[in-house]
Amino acid sequence: MSAALIALRAVVAREALRFVHQRERFLAALVRPLVWLLVFAAGFRAALGLSITPPYLTYITYEIYIVPGLLGMILLFNGMQSSLSLVYDREMGSMKVLLTAPLPRWWLLFSKLLGSTAISILQAYVFLAIAAAFGIKLPALGYVTVLPALLLAGVMLGALGLALSSFIKQLENFAGVMNFVIFPMFFLSSALYPLWKMAESSRLLHDICAANPFTHAVELIRFAAYAEFNGGALGWTLVAAVVFGTLALWGYDPARGMKRAR
Amino acid sequence: MSLAISGLSYAYGAKQALIDAEFGAKSGRFTALLGPNGAGKSTLFGVLSGLLRAQDGQITVAGHDMTRAPRKALARMGIVFQQSTLDLDLTVHQNLMYFAALRGLAGRAARDRIDQALDRLEMRERAAEKVRALNGGHRRRTEIARALLHSPDILLLDEPTVGLDAASRQAITGHVHDLADAGLAVLWATHLTDEVRKEDDLVVLHQGRVLASGTVHALVGEQSLRSYFLYKTGGMPADAVPQVPG
Repeated sequence: MSAALIALRAVVAREALRFVHQRERFLAALVRPLVWLLVFAAGFRAALGLSITPPYLTYITYEIYIVPGLLGMILLFNGMQSSLSLVYDREMGSMKVLLTAPLPRWWLLFSKLLGSTAISILQAYVFLAIAAAFGIKLPALGYVTVLPALLLAGVMLGALGLALSSFIKQLENFAGVMNFVIFPMFFLSSALYPLWKMAESSRLLHDICAANPFTHAVELIRFAAYAEFNGGALGWTLVAAVVFGTLALWGYDPARGMKRAR
Repeated sequence: MSLAISGLSYAYGAKQALIDAEFGAKSGRFTALLGPNGAGKSTLFGVLSGLLRAQDGQITVAGHDMTRAPRKALARMGIVFQQSTLDLDLTVHQNLMYFAALRGLAGRAARDRIDQALDRLEMRERAAEKVRALNGGHRRRTEIARALLHSPDILLLDEPTVGLDAASRQAITGHVHDLADAGLAVLWATHLTDEVRKEDDLVVLHQGRVLASGTVHALVGEQSLRSYFLYKTGGMPADAVPQVPG
């Protein structure tokens, strides 16, 4: 095996080990979408009527609608969580160990990204299993076809987290990320309500939602979960992944002086 | 020369942290980089480890230019950072396996090297312990063992004894002197003169400039290193400090 692959495997394994050591974090990350699914969605069911829109072939309940959005939520929160751990890592110094490895920096950052995305995907499947236990199911094939969508969306949101982590000066500033990145990204998207519903109340909000990369990640997941392909969503998510990835690389460029960020 | 630095300058915005620094570290020698706090030692380590990129100057590690071939240069270096960079929840062995993998080592080859490195630092029996359970001295030894895993040509240590008690400090300083005697090039940054021996090489860094370099004996002569250091860095020499009675 080449040195680069050995390193990739080790970085992913380390993420997995950290995750084993932080079971509380895993549970907390699951409770959040489950509360939305089993409480919020149940309450909203009566208030929100959903007509037949692709990829759905029939009238659906709100619980069904919200599942892809909540999968996106898991990826989004985890992406940010791992960016938090990066800021923490950098303060603690283990990021230094990673970045002084004699491998291309983009590969090291990509390995880190892949590791955290793998953990997110695992959580997403546990969430889907619990949802299924409550009768909220995807078509059988959807459980397979959703995987590449989760992977791409996870990498895109992880890259965003990575980019943010290179610009966040201190751990304390993370609350700001919560307020100014996670919440707007989640609420200004198609995760909780279809965009045409949003358009009914505000054209401007609709346009913002339509430009939000998270919307496209959610739509990519939504279509994939029904074994359908959404080229537009795929394109947007890919472009966003490349842009965030480039930003992250720039943020971690030694010529910029990552130490100055302290 | 395992490590050669010439014309090295680094600035944080308008503030110059390193100014035209020039010195080297040879195989089989313990080179002490002595400087008061704020002298630029950590910046120098940042630049040497590739975390910062110098605006000017040249660094050569075992013949590899740090700017043109940073990965080849990094592969020849073992680095111990000032703050601990170990994963507290992992065992000593897991920490070392992770590091070995980042250097492309896995399986039997990695395990053999880990055993060797731990033996060198007398840490073998602690391999299965979680780092969290180790005291400061043993954590430091783990980091030094880790930095030796890939058989580097040069070992860089940035104030490795910070926060250690006197006994651990002495033990670690002794261990690293032994490593130099065994043929490794060592660059040891410190502000504590008692970690440096008469036969060591010395580089005095102050306000970003290299003020002197050579063997301790040649530079210091008969006075104590402490007086020499205070004199060089603008403090008073030790023998000129008035004695406080009582």
